[in-house]
Amino acid sequence: MTTFALCDCNSFYVSCERLFRPDLHGKPVIVGSNNDGCAVARSPEAKALGIKMGEPIFKIKDIIKRYGVTVFSSNYTLYAAISHRVMSTLEQFSPAVEVYSIDEAFLDLSHLAFIDSLKNYGFEIKSKVAKECGIPICIGIAETKTLAKLANHAAKQYPKTGGVVEINSEKIRERLLKCMPIDEVWGVGRKLTKKLQALGITTAYELANLPEKYIRQQFNVVLERTVRELNGESCIELEEHAPAKKQIISSRSFSKRITDQAELAESISSYMSRAAEKLRQQHSRAQQVNVFIRTSPFSDTPQYNCGGSFSLPHPTSDTRVLVHVAKGILDTIYKPGYLYAKAGVMLANISELSFDQADLFTPEIDTSKSQQLMTVVDQINRRFPKALFLASTGTNQGWQMARQHLSPNYMTDWAEIPLVRL
Amino acid sequence: MDIESISPAKVIDTNELQTSPLYEYQVPAGFPSPATDFAASEVNLHDYLVKHQAATFFVRAKGDSMIDGRIQSDDLLVVDRSLEAKSGNIVIAALDGDLTVKQLKIKGARSWLVPMNPKFSPIELKEQDCMIWGVVVYIIHKSYP
Repeated sequence: MTTFALCDCNSFYVSCERLFRPDLHGKPVIVGSNNDGCAVARSPEAKALGIKMGEPIFKIKDIIKRYGVTVFSSNYTLYAAISHRVMSTLEQFSPAVEVYSIDEAFLDLSHLAFIDSLKNYGFEIKSKVAKECGIPICIGIAETKTLAKLANHAAKQYPKTGGVVEINSEKIRERLLKCMPIDEVWGVGRKLTKKLQALGITTAYELANLPEKYIRQQFNVVLERTVRELNGESCIELEEHAPAKKQIISSRSFSKRITDQAELAESISSYMSRAAEKLRQQHSRAQQVNVFIRTSPFSDTPQYNCGGSFSLPHPTSDTRVLVHVAKGILDTIYKPGYLYAKAGVMLANISELSFDQADLFTPEIDTSKSQQLMTVVDQINRRFPKALFLASTGTNQGWQMARQHLSPNYMTDWAEIPLVRL
Repeated sequence: MDIESISPAKVIDTNELQTSPLYEYQVPAGFPSPATDFAASEVNLHDYLVKHQAATFFVRAKGDSMIDGRIQSDDLLVVDRSLEAKSGNIVIAALDGDLTVKQLKIKGARSWLVPMNPKFSPIELKEQDCMIWGVVVYIIHKSYP
């Protein structure tokens, strides 16, 4: 029999910010999205003020002022560092861990399934992460990943559970499914929720009791799998190694409108450098380069939205080549006179490093020298972030994200480590 | 997604794609180094100072309340959160919303944060306004100006 635990950090970004700011414990805190646009994380106190997920921050200015809500810009450097620690702490509790997102992981506890109650094990995990990493988490334990997700949701929702819920009997499973609305079920999206609700199915329990044949006819095998999982039949395995991405996208909105091609080229160059780094991280090469630029669809100014792509004769992961191609594409799609709001790059047609479909008629560009150079660049940048970059990414970067409320890089920069009072 | 709206752009001249040459330092041929098989990585201060990687934080101290504990302003403290704070340990505590360094003293059911400087007085702990954040395991003091 299988057993999974889903460990999910509570308001992760907020918890990361509060770790070094004890003065903010028990107070309303929100973290903004890129460019400080909307709230992407809220402390329970901020939720209690009625601040919704994804709410534009300018719309809640009054609430922020009246209740003294602390606003942070997303500090992904900090969150990544803490996430890494949480995950490595979780790894001490199971031989197999699937890092599902920056703040969630599935643990395979099947080797412990002979124990009557894993709840205490769950509390042990929870208190270790809280003590050592300083991050509160909730844990759901069940026979299937879908049920573990639901158990976790219950652990979050009902404080009486102490943050750990285990589904280890038919009675508990039934009771839990009955109080869970279908849109809380893992894999049931907004569209499917509407369709199911139209058919009068509103709880996870009702979904679990639909006949398999009916689901296969009316929906698809994916939902059938979900239903089986809700009934305790494990269909979704643990994925310890994330599969290599088939596309790599790097795109952002600018902090201000850009009209100048040179500035656009800087941003494209910078996004492409990041995408190429990701490409090398997963040991792949890309053959197709896409670039797009667009104005803001929310403004009254003239609209322009264009993209271009180029296929290379050989796949490569060399930043210099990819940036060169991307800038070439920009030349062909750029039109002066528009107020550009966003740009992005996408790498596609991605293959593994070891596999090469050679083209006899064009000179090889991805030599071992180029690979060695990129390896060295990546190594240096890992130790000294952003130490090496192409001159074409610019040094001024006026288009960079607006991050007015950024917290210090407490864990990754010697100059910004926390101060303690003697 | 924006990417879906991408249309093919004009072809870019592939001859421009060749990268500039890279010069490598050449090792002259000759007698091979007898030491190559004995190479080991050098001792590393991090290995010495950090026992629990995922639970260790570095903080910078400011102030003069811990002079007798040999902690001076600007010293770097290595803090291990995985350790259970015992009486006599130097700890980081969250006190009135601030992170502060003091010596922890526990006697029976009562506990105090004790400054290690006679000019300051001990603070008795009431659970509601204090949390032990971590235990200080190393004090790194710069002796060269």
